[in-house]
Amino acid sequence: MSSGLHGPGLSLLSNKLIEMDILVSGLLLGGTYALVAMGLNLQYGVARIMNLASGEMLVLGALAAFWLFTTAQLSPVLTMIMVAPLAFIGNWLIYQLLLRPLVRRAKNQGQLEVDSILATFGMSFALVGIMVAIHGEYFTYSYLANPFEILGTTVALNRFVAFVVALIIGAALVLWLNFTRPGTAVRAVSVNTEAARLVGINVPRMSALSFALGGAVTAAGGTLISTFITLDASVGVIFTMKALIIVIMGGVGDMRGSIIAAVLLGLVETAVATLIDPGLTLVSAYLIFLGILLFRPQGLFGKRTT
Amino acid sequence: MTGNGWKEIGFGAGLVVLAAFVPLVSDGYWLSIAVTAMMYIALATAWTLFSGPTHYVSLATGAFFGIGGYLVATGMSDFDISFWVMAAVAPLVSVVLAALVGAATLRLSGIYFVIFTLGLAEMIRGLVSWVQNNFLGSRGLYVLTDLTEAHIYWMLLAIAAVVYLIGWLIERSRLGFAMKIIGNDEGVAKHLGINTAAAKVALFMITGYFTALVGVVIAPRYSYIEPNLVFSPELSFLVVIMALLGGTQRLWGPIVGVIPFTLIWETISVSFPNATTLYLGLSFLLIVYFIPNGFVGLVEKLVKRRQG
Repeated sequence: MSSGLHGPGLSLLSNKLIEMDILVSGLLLGGTYALVAMGLNLQYGVARIMNLASGEMLVLGALAAFWLFTTAQLSPVLTMIMVAPLAFIGNWLIYQLLLRPLVRRAKNQGQLEVDSILATFGMSFALVGIMVAIHGEYFTYSYLANPFEILGTTVALNRFVAFVVALIIGAALVLWLNFTRPGTAVRAVSVNTEAARLVGINVPRMSALSFALGGAVTAAGGTLISTFITLDASVGVIFTMKALIIVIMGGVGDMRGSIIAAVLLGLVETAVATLIDPGLTLVSAYLIFLGILLFRPQGLFGKRTT
Repeated sequence: MTGNGWKEIGFGAGLVVLAAFVPLVSDGYWLSIAVTAMMYIALATAWTLFSGPTHYVSLATGAFFGIGGYLVATGMSDFDISFWVMAAVAPLVSVVLAALVGAATLRLSGIYFVIFTLGLAEMIRGLVSWVQNNFLGSRGLYVLTDLTEAHIYWMLLAIAAVVYLIGWLIERSRLGFAMKIIGNDEGVAKHLGINTAAAKVALFMITGYFTALVGVVIAPRYSYIEPNLVFSPELSFLVVIMALLGGTQRLWGPIVGVIPFTLIWETISVSFPNATTLYLGLSFLLIVYFIPNGFVGLVEKLVKRRQG
């Protein structure tokens, strides 16, 4: 940072402001990332399906928000309330009709992984193709784009609202997982499929439920993200990538880990975008990913297994 | 050495000779289709060399290919180095990348490898664009050579033939034997004392070398190179589809997939340019649900049924 024009005191002050800006924006971005990563984690950690069409589910949510806002001036938060149950049903059907057969056919986990990767790639491209046909340009709309003061810095109100809504959904999800019987069953399947079956948990049902729930959470995250980031039909893969990095960083099946990893990624990305170049956010995500793979492949809080 | 192996290589040599005549009997549109198909044959064969025996879905093709194309362009435009020098250097850079990616991911489960390679091309594109804009200046990257479409075609054919030959030799070597055991059961391979990670990384580096070489050779065809053009994530997926469509149990399987897929792809690109992504997606689903072992698997099943 050059301080040629200002005195040392002034540049210190502006540095501090930039730091605060990064901290707040990064935190807000990380909050919405957390929601998307939790969705993916439910699908991979519990249903054992590596869903590479996760980003497209997110973009589908964003497309719904954009479309209803521009045609009917409907608030994206209301759209989200409608999108979530639809995404739940849609993902439940995808699991039952397309993924369940792969689970049955697979002779081992490796086979299932390859098959589900290829199948969800197929779905991802098919969804992009369909969305391009519906709306091939950017999903541009302006919702709550007014400045908002928080912690001494100014952010767009839509970012803050998205963060708060993501926080509410995320908290509800964590509470549901930890304090209800179905939530506990879902966690049991995530820890050990075989043992869960032995204590009488209907594993296929719980897997379908988790997959559907994960899809609903991801789509809801998409409607929220679309209020402050302009998306387009083909951008989903970037979000899939980020969600995957977060899930691996936080540990597969570990919701708390996902939340912390998402906030970390949000902060690092915002710092890189502000201080160096916005084009390098993916590079920074990759560096984090590389570090995790080299030093903690089991995730930040995971225990090392053989 | 079994007689079957020699028969296979003889048949392959015959095909190469036959394929070498294509530029003499076709020009314009059909030659351009042939160059495209030959590019995909070389890429898909190189892909199968690694992903066939290991069952690791590699999406690094776009990254390796991009390194080849981009380095040739920047070497010629920014540093005035000749095409042939860059053709020697660029694939080596790609080998180093393959070694690094392999070392970081191939000792872990396959899923990390897929995810890492998924965004690799996009990530390198971002990095390269940043370096280009901030340090090299963007004067535009030109690859101007005297090479014609026919020359490019022959070079690609030579690459495809060499990759095939290397694959054929590996299959009959210690490495090939190790890969077969790893592919069947990695646990068994480890107990036998095979350094599974090293074997996989070695194979991945070979794939990296030839994929970049294809990127180098095809660069004169574009003549003007942009990072967005060569670091194409779509290319990685196309190669995966073509290889799987043909079948990855045999090294010649991809060839069977490339030709029909390229023809359909070209037709769709011309008539319904907006439908290519949908076609890509449906092809993936078709492969997973209906022809999981590709055309080769399908034919072998039919032959077996007739014999049985």
